[in-house]
Amino acid sequence: MSTERDSETTFDEDSQPNDEVVPYSDDETEDELDDQGSTVEPEQNRINREAEENREPFRKECTWQVKANDRKYHEQPHFMNTKFFCIKESKYANNAIKTYKYNAFTFIPMNLFEQFKRAANLYFLILLILQAIPQISTLAWYTTLVPLLLVLGVTAIKDLVDDVARHKMDKEINNRTCEVIKDGRFKVAKWKDIQVGDVIRLKKNDFVPADILLLSSSEPNSLCYVETAELDGETNLKFKMSLEITDQYLQREDTLATFDGFIECEEPNNRLDKFTGTLFWRNTSFPLDADKILLRGCVIRNTDFCHGLVIFAGADTKIMKNSGKTRFKRTKIDYLMNYMVYTIFVVLTLLSAGLAIGHAYWEAQVGNYSWYLYDGEDDTPSYRGFLNFWGYIIVLNTMVPISLYVSVEVIRLGQSHFINWDLQMYYAEKDTPAKARTTTLNEQLGQIHYIFSDKTGTLTQNIMTFKKCCINGQIYGDHRDASQHNHNKIEQVDFSWNTYADGKLAFYDHYLIEQIQSGKEPEVRQFFFLLAVCHTVMVDRTDGQLNYQAASPDEGALVNAARNFGFAFLARTQNTITISELGTERTYNVLAILDFNSDRKRMSIIVRTPEGNIKLYCKGADTVIYERLHRMNPTKQETQDALDIFANETLRTLCLCYKEIEEKQFAEWNKKFMAASVASTNRDEALDKVYEEIEKDLILLGATAIEDKLQDGVPETISKLAKADIKIWVLTGDKKETAENIGFACELLTEDTTICYGEDINSLLHARMENQRNRGGVYAKFAPPVQEPFFPPGGNRALIITGSWLNEILLEKKTKRSKILKLKFPRTEEERRMRTQSKRRLEAKKEQRQKNFVGLACECSTVICCHKAIVVDLVKRYKKAITLAIGDGANDVNMIKTAHIGVGISGQEGMQAVMSSDYSFAQFRYLQRLLLVHGWWSYIRMCKFLRYFFYKNFAFTLVHFWYSFFNGYSAQTAYEDWFITLYNVLYSSLPVLLMGLLDQDVSDKLSLRFPGLYIVGQRDLLFNYKRFFVSLLHGVLTSMILFFIPLGAYLQTVGQDGEAPSDYQSFAVTIASALVITVNFQIGLDTSYWTFVNAFSIFGSIALYFGIMFDIHSAGIHVLFPSTFQFTGTASNALRQPYIWLTIILTVAVCLLPVVAIRFLSMTIWPSESDKIQKHRKRLKAEEQWQRRQQVFCRGVSSRRSAYAFSHQRGYADLISSGRSIRKKRSPLDAIVADGTAEYRRTGDS
Amino acid sequence: MAMNYNAKDEVDGGPPCAPGGTAKTRRPDNTAFKQQRLPAWQPILTAGTVLPIFFIIGLIFIPIGIGIFVTSNNIREIEIDYTGTEPSSPCNKCLSPDVTPCICTINFTLEKSFEGNVFMYYGLSNFYQNHRRYVKSRDDSQLNGDSSALLNPSKECEPYRRNEDKPIAPCGAIANSMFNDTLELFLIGNDSYPVPITLKKKGIAWWTDKNVKFRNPPGGDNLEERFKGTTKPVNWLNPVYVLDSDPDNNGFINEDFIVWMRTAALPTFRKLYRLIERKSDLHPTLPAGRYSLNITYNYPVHYFDGRKRMILSTISWMGGKNPFLGIAYIAVGSISFLLGVVLLVINHKYRNSSNTADITI
Repeated sequence: MSTERDSETTFDEDSQPNDEVVPYSDDETEDELDDQGSTVEPEQNRINREAEENREPFRKECTWQVKANDRKYHEQPHFMNTKFFCIKESKYANNAIKTYKYNAFTFIPMNLFEQFKRAANLYFLILLILQAIPQISTLAWYTTLVPLLLVLGVTAIKDLVDDVARHKMDKEINNRTCEVIKDGRFKVAKWKDIQVGDVIRLKKNDFVPADILLLSSSEPNSLCYVETAELDGETNLKFKMSLEITDQYLQREDTLATFDGFIECEEPNNRLDKFTGTLFWRNTSFPLDADKILLRGCVIRNTDFCHGLVIFAGADTKIMKNSGKTRFKRTKIDYLMNYMVYTIFVVLTLLSAGLAIGHAYWEAQVGNYSWYLYDGEDDTPSYRGFLNFWGYIIVLNTMVPISLYVSVEVIRLGQSHFINWDLQMYYAEKDTPAKARTTTLNEQLGQIHYIFSDKTGTLTQNIMTFKKCCINGQIYGDHRDASQHNHNKIEQVDFSWNTYADGKLAFYDHYLIEQIQSGKEPEVRQFFFLLAVCHTVMVDRTDGQLNYQAASPDEGALVNAARNFGFAFLARTQNTITISELGTERTYNVLAILDFNSDRKRMSIIVRTPEGNIKLYCKGADTVIYERLHRMNPTKQETQDALDIFANETLRTLCLCYKEIEEKQFAEWNKKFMAASVASTNRDEALDKVYEEIEKDLILLGATAIEDKLQDGVPETISKLAKADIKIWVLTGDKKETAENIGFACELLTEDTTICYGEDINSLLHARMENQRNRGGVYAKFAPPVQEPFFPPGGNRALIITGSWLNEILLEKKTKRSKILKLKFPRTEEERRMRTQSKRRLEAKKEQRQKNFVGLACECSTVICCHKAIVVDLVKRYKKAITLAIGDGANDVNMIKTAHIGVGISGQEGMQAVMSSDYSFAQFRYLQRLLLVHGWWSYIRMCKFLRYFFYKNFAFTLVHFWYSFFNGYSAQTAYEDWFITLYNVLYSSLPVLLMGLLDQDVSDKLSLRFPGLYIVGQRDLLFNYKRFFVSLLHGVLTSMILFFIPLGAYLQTVGQDGEAPSDYQSFAVTIASALVITVNFQIGLDTSYWTFVNAFSIFGSIALYFGIMFDIHSAGIHVLFPSTFQFTGTASNALRQPYIWLTIILTVAVCLLPVVAIRFLSMTIWPSESDKIQKHRKRLKAEEQWQRRQQVFCRGVSSRRSAYAFSHQRGYADLISSGRSIRKKRSPLDAIVADGTAEYRRTGDS
Repeated sequence: MAMNYNAKDEVDGGPPCAPGGTAKTRRPDNTAFKQQRLPAWQPILTAGTVLPIFFIIGLIFIPIGIGIFVTSNNIREIEIDYTGTEPSSPCNKCLSPDVTPCICTINFTLEKSFEGNVFMYYGLSNFYQNHRRYVKSRDDSQLNGDSSALLNPSKECEPYRRNEDKPIAPCGAIANSMFNDTLELFLIGNDSYPVPITLKKKGIAWWTDKNVKFRNPPGGDNLEERFKGTTKPVNWLNPVYVLDSDPDNNGFINEDFIVWMRTAALPTFRKLYRLIERKSDLHPTLPAGRYSLNITYNYPVHYFDGRKRMILSTISWMGGKNPFLGIAYIAVGSISFLLGVVLLVINHKYRNSSNTADITI
C-alpha cells in the first residue's frame, strides 16, 4: 500500500497544498517525507549527517527532559503541575492508560451529569421540578418521573456496559509485561509500572509499551524492524536505527544499567513522524530524530531483542495524543429531528399560552361565580391564567416525545447489529465480518449522494500479476497449447520443471513455455533475463525460499514472473547480481543502476556479463522508450499494436529494451556519470542528463502487461451504485493514464464517456470566472447566483484531474505565495490594510472558484482525482450533499474523517483507516449491500419510526387540548395519570420499536435489484418538514376524532343499569382504550413486514393495556393505596357497557378508515417505486434468474491508453549501491513479497 | 494523523497474537433473525383487500346504527327543568336564600306510560364538575375509611380541609358542594289526593364504589362515634352520619353521596337519583297521567347560570336515550360504503396503468 501512496512526488515545493486549507495534514506529511527522502543522495550521506549534527537543534522547543535510570529526577518539584488547589501532579504521565470514564463511585453522579447535558433530558428534569410546585402541578409526579427514570436507566445501562468493557481492556493492556532495569538488572514489570527514564528490553513480536528511544538491538548497526500497522496502517516493516554511540556502548545489561544519558526533546505531541531532541552523554550531544524512536503501538519484528529508553509514557505517547480527536458525526435526520423538537416546543408554548388566556377569561366569566370552585385563594383571573400556563406546559409535555431519543438510539443500535451480523458482508477468506463502529449514522447510509473511493487496496487488491507479454512482436498469454492452438479450457501451465517457481502464478499459454525451453527465439530468453536483472528488488533467502522486496508491486510482479519462467533473481551485492538462467547460476557485474523516477519513467541497468560484454537493459513507459529506440527496430509496429491490445484490456504496460555498449563508450560515459554523482549542486538534473546520453538507440524486446487486479465485484458494485444515482469519485494519486485505465477497468468510464482533463476544466473555470466577473461576479454578493450548467445537457462526462492540476484549479498555489508575502512585516497601516484587502479578495476569489469547481465536477458522473480530504470537504461544503468516503490506508484517514460517513476496508493488517472509520468491511463490493440494503432499510425504518412517533404523541396529547374547552381550560387531563405515565413507555412503544428494527418494504434481493429505490432517500422524500407536518396533522385529526366521538356519545348517556351516566373516569377509560387500539392498529398499517414478533407486540401492547388497566382499577390495589389509584372499578364497570364498546369501535374505525383509503388511493394513483415493486413482488420473485447484462467491451484502437507499470516512487538503487542494508545475516521476513517500501532507503540515508 | 486510539483494536488487531484461536471464527450466525429473513407476512393494500373492507364495514355499521337508533327512540324520557329562573316557575320563589326550607311543586303529564324500571335523574348544567381544582379536591384515603386520613385529611382538600380546627369529613370541594335538593314524585290520580311513588334510594351506585372505594371509618357500632372528632362540611346542613337512617346507606357509603362523588366528564351532566322499580309485568311502572314533582329547593345554581332538571327515563340494552351513536354509525357506515364505490371506480380507472414495465431498473 505504501508504494501506491496517493501523493504526487513530482510536485515542486510550491505546488504543495497549504496546511491551513486542509483541516488535517496527513497527506501533506507524507509528501514532505518523500521530498525529504528523495533529496538525499548516497554520496552525500556522510556530509549531510555531519551537517545535521552541527545544526543547532530547536532549543526553544526542547523543554521535555528525561534522565535515564533516574526516577527521582522526574519527581523533582519543578516538574510538578498544580492540578487542583494543592494537589500536584508530575508532568510526566505514567504508563498506565485510562480510557474508561467512570469508576464505581463516580458512575452515578457523572453519568447523570452527562445525561442531563442533553437538552431533552434537562427539559424533563425541569418539568419534574415544575410538577413539584403545588400551584401548577397538574399531573402526578410519577407521570414524568417514571418515563424519565426509564430513559435514564436505559442509557445508563448502555454506558455502564461500555465502560466495563473499557475497564477490562485497560486492565488487560496495563498488565502486559516487559523487562525493565531495576536495581541494575532487567526485571519483568507490568506496563503500568513503566516510567519515563526507564530502560526497557523488548523481544521479537512484542508491542512497544511507550514511546522509547532505541538504544541498541541484537542486529548489526543496532537496526530494529518495527511494524507500524497500528499507527499508520502500513504493513511493511520499517527500520529504526540507534545512534552509533549507543549501539557501541549499550549492548550489555550492566552498561545499560549504568547508562546516565540525559535527553532534552520536544514536548509530547501528536506528530507521528516528527521528533526532535538531543541526547547528552559523556559530555557530548547527539541529535535525535524520529528514526531513532519506537512508538507505542508498534510491534518489534525480526529483531531478537532491543533496548530502549522511555521518553513518553502513557497519555504522553504519540498514539494516545492522537486519540480522542474523532469528530462527532451526526446525521441529517438528527439535525432535522432537533429542529422538529424545537418546532413542537414552540407549538407547545403557543398552545399553553392560548389555553392560559382562555382560562383567565373563563375564570372571569364563569369561574368567579361558581361558588363550588372556591379554593380559598383570592387570585385574580389573570394570575390563575399564568399558573395555568405552566399547568398546561406540564399537561401537554408529552408532545415532545420523551422516549424519542432513547428509542432512536435503540433502533440504531439494532441496525448496527444487523450490519455486524450480515453473513453476506462477511469475508470468509480473512474471517472478517462487517462492523458498524459507530451506531449513530445508520439511516444516513440511505442518503448518500457522493462516494469518494480510494483506489489502491479498495477498488484494487493491490496485487499485480503478470498477465501477458509481447516478445518480438508476438503476443503471449492467451489460452493456448504448445502448438499455438487456442483453447478456452486449458490447464494452467505447470511450472514444476523450475525449482525456483513459487507455484502461485496462473498462466495459460503453453506455447510460451515451449518457446523458452526450446530457445528457438533468443529474444524470449533475453526478455525474461531482462526482467530478472533490470530492477531494484531486494532478495532474501530463507530455507531455499526466495522472498522479494520490491519498491513497487509492479516490479515485484515482473521479477516474480521472470523467476517462474526460469530466470530467477537469486542474490545481489553492491555490484553484482546473480541470476539462475534455466538452472545455471550466473553472476553479473552491475556497473550502474540508472534509477527510476517519475520524470524519467524508466529505469536501466548496465551489467557486464561473465563473458565481458557490457549491456544496458532498460524498461519503462512506452512513450519514453519509443522516443529512445534505434531507428531500425523491426517489431516496433507489432509491439505498438500489442500495447494497444493490452491497454484495451486495462492492463498496465511496460516496454523492455536493451542495447550493447562498447567498452570504450562505457568508460567514457562512466567518467561523466561519476562526475555527476558527486556534483554538489543540481545533482539530480546532472544525473538525468548523463542517463539520457546512454539510454538511446535502444533495441526493443517487447512489452509486459500486468494486471492490477480489481477486487471481486467492483464493476458490478459501481454500476449498481451509479444506478442508484450515487456519484462515484475515485481519489487516487496515480498518473492520468493509470487513473484512466482503472476507470475503464471498473466501468466507471465507458467508450461513450467524454473525458475532461485538468486543462479543460481549468479553461472552463477561467471562462466562468470571467463571466462572473463581468456580471459583477465575485464581489456582488447580492447578485443572484448564476446556475448555468458548464456542459450541454446529456451525455456522460468524467473528469480526470491530477494533483498538480487540482492545486492549480483550486488556487492553492496562490494562497501559498500570499502566505510567503505575509511573512514580511507590514510597515505602514496603509500597507497592512492593502494586504488584508487583497487577501480577502483572494479568499473570495478562491471560494468562488472552488464553488465553480464543485458545480462543474458535480455535473459529471465520474470524477477521478486526488487530494482526498480537501475534495471531500469541498463537496460537503458547497454541495450540501451527503458524502461517503471509503478507503483502506493511513492516507485515507483524513477523508474518512471528513466525509459524513467513513468506511474502512478491514481485513488488511493495517488498522488505521478502520480505526477512524464508521463502518468497516473486507471488500469493496459489500458497499452496495451496506448502502442499498442496510442503508435503505435503516432509512425507511427511521423515517417511518419518526413519523409515527410524532403522530402518536400528538394523537395522545392533544386530546387534553380539546378537552380543555369543556372543563374551563383548567388543565384537567383527559386520561388517568397512570395511563399518561405508561402510554409512551408500555402501551405504544414496543410495536414501533420493532418496526424500526425489523421493517422492510422490499427484500434485500429486490432492493439490490432495483437501486432506483435509493433515490427516495437521497432526496429526503420520506422524512422532511412536509412529512413531519403531515404526521402532526394526522395526529391532530386523530386526537379530534378520539375526543369528539366519545364526547358525542357521552353528552347524554347512561349505563345499561342506569348507573353513573357519563362520569369522568369512564370517559377517560373510553378515550384511552380507543387511543391505544387506534395507535397500535395504525402501526400495524405502517408495518409492511409482519413477523410474528410484530404481531405479538401489537396485540400484546393492547392486551397489556387492558391487563394493566384492570389491575390498576382493581379493588385490591385501591385498598392498599387508596389515594394513588383512584379509578377503582372504572374499567370493569365501563367496559361492561355495550355502548362504550360501540363508541370505541366507531372511534377506531373513523380514525383508521380514512388512512386506509388515502394509502390505497396514493398507491393506485401515484405509486412509488417501492409500491410498484411490492405489488409485483411475486412475479419478480418468479423471475429469479436475473443476471447483469454483460457489457461488451468494444473500444476502438484510437483510445489507446498507455500506462507505465511503475508506481511513482524511486527504487532502491541508492540503497543497493551504498550497500548498507545488504547484510550477511538476516532473520526471516515473514511478510511481504511485492510490497516494498521506501523506508529502506530512508533508513539507509539517515 | 489523527486517530482514534482504541485499546481493543490493539488487542485483537495485532498479528503477534499466536494463531491459536483459529478454531473460533468470527462468522456471524446464520439465523433467520440475524440475517433479517424472519418469516413475515407482507400485506399490501390492494383493491382485493381494501374494497371489501369498506363494503363490509358499511354493511355492518348501517344495521348497527339503525338498531341503536331505533332502540334509542323507543326509550321513554321526560325532562323537567325546575331551576326557577323564569318568574312563572313555581320554584322562582326559592331563588332567594331567605326562604328556608323552600318547597315548590311542579306538575307534569306523561303522555305515554313508562314500562319497566324507571330511573330518576337530576341533571345539572354549566356545572364544571370536571374542573381540575374541583376534581382533585378530595381525599380517597379518608373516603376509604382510613382513620388517620379521617382526622388528618389530605392537603388537596383545602380550603375544605379543616373547619374551626376540626377536620372535615368528608373533606374537599366535591363533598362540600354535594347536591342536596330532595325530589319527590306523586301520581295525581282521579282522586284529588296524590299518590306518592316509591323511590328506591339504594342500588344507584356502582357496586365497587359502595363496597370498595367508600367505607365508613372503623370503630364502634355507632356511626356518630366513628366520626368523632370531625366536623361536617361547611355547606352541609347535617353531618355525614345523619345522611340517612338506614345504617347501610349512611356515612360515606350513602349512595347519594357516592353518586355525587363520581364526578362528571362534562359540564352538563345527569346523576342517578332514585329507582322506580317495576312492580308487576301487567301494570306499567309509571302509567300515563298527571304527576307532580315536589322539590325541597336547597341547591343554588343561578349564581353561575346553571340549570337543574329532573329526568325520568327508561333504559334499554345499551343504556339511556342516545341518538348520537345511532346516527354516527349510520353515517360512518354509509360513508364507508360510498367510499368503497368511489375507490372501486378509481381503481378501475388506474388498474391498467401500473405495470412492472415502468419500474425503473
